[in-house]
Amino acid sequence: MAKHKTPLLDQLESGPWPSFVSDLKQEAAARAKNEKNVEYQISQDVVEDLLGVLELSYKDGTTHWKHGGIVGVFGYGGGVIGRYCDQPGLFPGVAHFHTIRVAQPAGKFYTTEYLKQLCDLWDLRGSGLTNMHGSTGDIILLGTTTPQIEEFFFELTHNMNQDLGGSGSNLRTPADCIGQARCEFACYDTQDLCHTLTNDYQDELHRPAFPYKFKFKFDGCPNCCVASIARSDMSFIGTWKDDIRIDQDAVAGYVKGEFKPNAGAHSGRDWGAFDIQKEVIALCPTECMKYENGKLEIDNKECTRCMHCINVMPRALKPGKETGLSILVGAKAPILDGAQMGSLLVPFVEVNKENGYEEIKEVVEAIWDWWMEEGKNRERLGELMKRQGFQKMLEATNIKPVAQHVQEPRTNPYIFWKEEEVEGGWERDVNEFRKNHLR
Amino acid sequence: MEIAEAKEKIVEALTKKSKSKSKFYFNDLSEILELKPREAKKLISKLVEDEVLEYWSSGSTTMYGLKGTGKQAAAEHED
Repeated sequence: MAKHKTPLLDQLESGPWPSFVSDLKQEAAARAKNEKNVEYQISQDVVEDLLGVLELSYKDGTTHWKHGGIVGVFGYGGGVIGRYCDQPGLFPGVAHFHTIRVAQPAGKFYTTEYLKQLCDLWDLRGSGLTNMHGSTGDIILLGTTTPQIEEFFFELTHNMNQDLGGSGSNLRTPADCIGQARCEFACYDTQDLCHTLTNDYQDELHRPAFPYKFKFKFDGCPNCCVASIARSDMSFIGTWKDDIRIDQDAVAGYVKGEFKPNAGAHSGRDWGAFDIQKEVIALCPTECMKYENGKLEIDNKECTRCMHCINVMPRALKPGKETGLSILVGAKAPILDGAQMGSLLVPFVEVNKENGYEEIKEVVEAIWDWWMEEGKNRERLGELMKRQGFQKMLEATNIKPVAQHVQEPRTNPYIFWKEEEVEGGWERDVNEFRKNHLR
Repeated sequence: MEIAEAKEKIVEALTKKSKSKSKFYFNDLSEILELKPREAKKLISKLVEDEVLEYWSSGSTTMYGLKGTGKQAAAEHED
């Protein structure tokens, strides 16, 4: 018998999709049964009370959570987010219901042993409820009490060799795609770069001194599977400098229908025979491809790395061999408004493991120095870029303006010549100008 | 700047404002110390370690306060 009646939540279970309400009820029942004889360190009916407070929120049309607080582990300014219920009398099990963020392994590779260990630890010291994964990528553990936080942290770090993730005005847990471990398109080792920067920037992850949150994300190729271009302040996207590699025999194979286009994806219905003209050539956004007399040609200097042709014919086309990455900055994806895509800052940089990614770290640190000094409280990097201008950022990072910074001629308001940059300079008399041009 | 001097400056400035405000942004503290953010961070982190200051986090933003001051510590039944 459920502790609280939840008619509104029960209705949510009637839809066609798997319901989180069913999951919560399942966990509530499992905790009540306690088949493994766990010595629960927080209330055994915490999930029952969570269902109760959620039902009340639906009924009242308002939240019953207060957020924020001083909770955390000693010396860390992130990783734990205080959550308190404003009806502790009705729902004592969730009076304290803090969230813990745990850094996910690069590429989200787990062993089942690791997952079991993590779940056992969270059953013991928390609610048992997890969110795999939060939108930043980390492992989110929902609901524990203040005294359990240090205990949990000790076991996580000592027994599992794992660390807390980022929250607050910190570097957030860096996230990457699965990269070269599984994907032939990856132009650099995303996991190594993500892991290295995570370790090297521990201070930025755990001790908040930024104006606001800061996110890194790493995509191995322009398919951008982790959507770094849309939701990270600094995105690292794999690319290549030379030509797309073409295997003409394989192209012919696709044309003859020997290979399934899109590696067999979208095969839920019959789309008819593969038409290279219609499905590849005509869809090239820069119209830089042609297929004539059984031969595919690409005008590579016009290619914008949209990846469409490579995705459709992966056996025939591969990214070039001179690989590296592009750095884009300033994206953000807030819930309410103001979403912004990243702007290209560094068109191409080699990814050099041997020197510890020195070139990449140089850009990262120059950006941070600028933003830490100039950013207003709660101002994201993308907002500072808009407020002060792209040119200011180029000066701060000591990067010269290049054509790739300009979206199209005469439309980009960011880049202006300065007098000292132009041979001979120029003389400008504002009073003279005003004689013919009224304010 | 030595840590003792930083402590004195921070405690004095935050205590003075404590009637109207108990939580401060990092930028407020680096302004009090009159240091660039990177330099200020070293001292401020040390003051957290020494339990002079404590972090307060909303989840998205982090602020700093003198340990034990402000409503948050008392109101959330942390004692």
